[in-house]
Amino acid sequence: MYKYDEYDQQMVDTRVAEFRDQVRRRLAGDLTEDQFKPLRLQNGLYLQLHAYMLRVAVPYGTLNSAQMTLLGDIADKYDRGYGHFTTRQNIQYNWIKLEDTPDILAELAKVEMHAIQTSGNCIRNISSDQFAGAAADEIVDPRPYAELLRQWSSFHPEFLVLPRKFKIAVIASETDRAAMRLHDIGIKMVKNDAGEIGAQFYAGGGMGRTPMIAPLIREFVPLDQLITFSEACLRVYNRYGRRDNKYKARIKILVHELGRDEYVRQVEEEFAHLLTQPIEPPLAELERIKAHFTAPAYETAASDDLDLTDPDFRLWVERNTHAHKQAGYVIATVSLKPVGGIPGDATADQIRLMAQLAKDYSFDELRVTHAQNIVFPHVRKADLYTVWQALDEAGLATANLDTVGDIIACPGLDYCSLANARSIPVAQKISERFGSAQRQAEIGELKLKISGCINACGHHHAGHIGILGVDKKGLENYQLLFGGSEGADTSLAKIIGPGFTEDGVVDAIEKATEVYLANKEGEERFLDTYRRIGMDPFKEAIYG
Amino acid sequence: MKILTGNDLKTGAVIWWTGVGWSLDVNESADVGEHGAALVAREEGAQHAVAAYVVDGEKTAEGIRPAHIKERIRALGPTVRLDLTPKASDPAAADWVI
Repeated sequence: MYKYDEYDQQMVDTRVAEFRDQVRRRLAGDLTEDQFKPLRLQNGLYLQLHAYMLRVAVPYGTLNSAQMTLLGDIADKYDRGYGHFTTRQNIQYNWIKLEDTPDILAELAKVEMHAIQTSGNCIRNISSDQFAGAAADEIVDPRPYAELLRQWSSFHPEFLVLPRKFKIAVIASETDRAAMRLHDIGIKMVKNDAGEIGAQFYAGGGMGRTPMIAPLIREFVPLDQLITFSEACLRVYNRYGRRDNKYKARIKILVHELGRDEYVRQVEEEFAHLLTQPIEPPLAELERIKAHFTAPAYETAASDDLDLTDPDFRLWVERNTHAHKQAGYVIATVSLKPVGGIPGDATADQIRLMAQLAKDYSFDELRVTHAQNIVFPHVRKADLYTVWQALDEAGLATANLDTVGDIIACPGLDYCSLANARSIPVAQKISERFGSAQRQAEIGELKLKISGCINACGHHHAGHIGILGVDKKGLENYQLLFGGSEGADTSLAKIIGPGFTEDGVVDAIEKATEVYLANKEGEERFLDTYRRIGMDPFKEAIYG
Repeated sequence: MKILTGNDLKTGAVIWWTGVGWSLDVNESADVGEHGAALVAREEGAQHAVAAYVVDGEKTAEGIRPAHIKERIRALGPTVRLDLTPKASDPAAADWVI
């Protein structure tokens, strides 16, 4: 994985020193909160419902074990013994003290981490496929391109005060595991007819109060124009994105209002202009970055055999592992969704255990997924049972990936000052209602996503079943949506009808699964059946 | 009644105005009446509290309770982690939130 050079390290260290001085001045009363707020936000420090919250960036979701260990240590030393992995592949701590923050950032800098650009109207952490570098179906490892974009977008002076926040995802597989088309810019690495690698660009996607699927804006951008084209996309947005209304300030609104074709015309015009200026980093820089992402030293004769006599292990293998590009290895996903648990939360001990297992059995690598789980990308099949046993002892071996129990949920009103309703208790009740392995197996793949407000951090628009919490005259109320998807078949979920109480929405989901099972044909998933039969049978069962 | 809440500048902890200072316990809240805005300005200016604001509350048999669920959750802590609430030893701590 990428290792900081002296410039990277110096930039991060300098920022820590700068923020330490800013905190000192704030605590001394030399800065007002109005003056300090934008400074702390630029360093990932929010003031949330109960305390300061620190969001730490995990670039394209990739971590090494030293970094993961430190994330566990920070949870113990500075927080309340746990961290929350987010839908942007980051980690958040909910109980941070302002006076501790400079020390936390200094400790993060020692392992090449930071919280820069995890807030504010700038280009946020670049996200990617959690199986990058390991997936059997990828064209190339997307992370070098994500890293190049990270370097370009970090402290980019022109794009630090955009009309609104800006999120980029990079993938390199047909299977989209990063909700790529629901980002401000989605980039898919592709191969053209000549066999050359390039980037396919999508722009203007997003969730929030106005969900949009990003349209394709360019089929193929050569690698030696990747940054220049990205710059053109951002420039047009920065120039014409609305700054008068924050609810209409995202690029999706600009692309929608201009129309895809006019946005593309303007981008191409800007791109042609930028090509006359030498802003593209030399390809040698990309090659330098790529050298950090070479394949691990796999055992070439690793066995593909797996002893599946332990039924619990067998279930976990079937549900939580994926094919690896290297024979004898698998990709293993650790579900952070135990039955009745809080989606995405892990204790300090669990975080450190996962770090140790990655060090021992996954070439020192972990990934954070946008579905709030953790991945060991390179596990030798011969080691898998040992890994599973250690996870099982720590309560981390829940076999529910992509099932109704693998729920994405934002922190909701339990933690978030923007939320209108709680998300986590709903997730817990659904998880318990559908807790049995047999029930989950019967229902199969069902992606359920819950947001506590219209900002959609819980990706409810992209859920096969989505739940949106709203405030109805001071009471929590939950709208139910069906038919969303974040994959290659990206679609936006639609509200099915009037909202429900917390218990009511759980009952409604149970009825929906009954309709699905009664109408399912062949190997159809819930989403497939819904798309085939439409909403009416579900509404009839739920509302009577 | 009108009660004043905010966050402690250094720690970020949720705090409630008692009439003479700040408390972590909502039950010690004072009715600030019409003086909320002046208190916000004074206390934020003095660097004691950050993001202070006035909310509706009521005196109940169990103590002072903010009117809206959001402030009740702020007063209690996350309803899904009762071990982290100010009344962690009270098994019924969450009952009054919802």
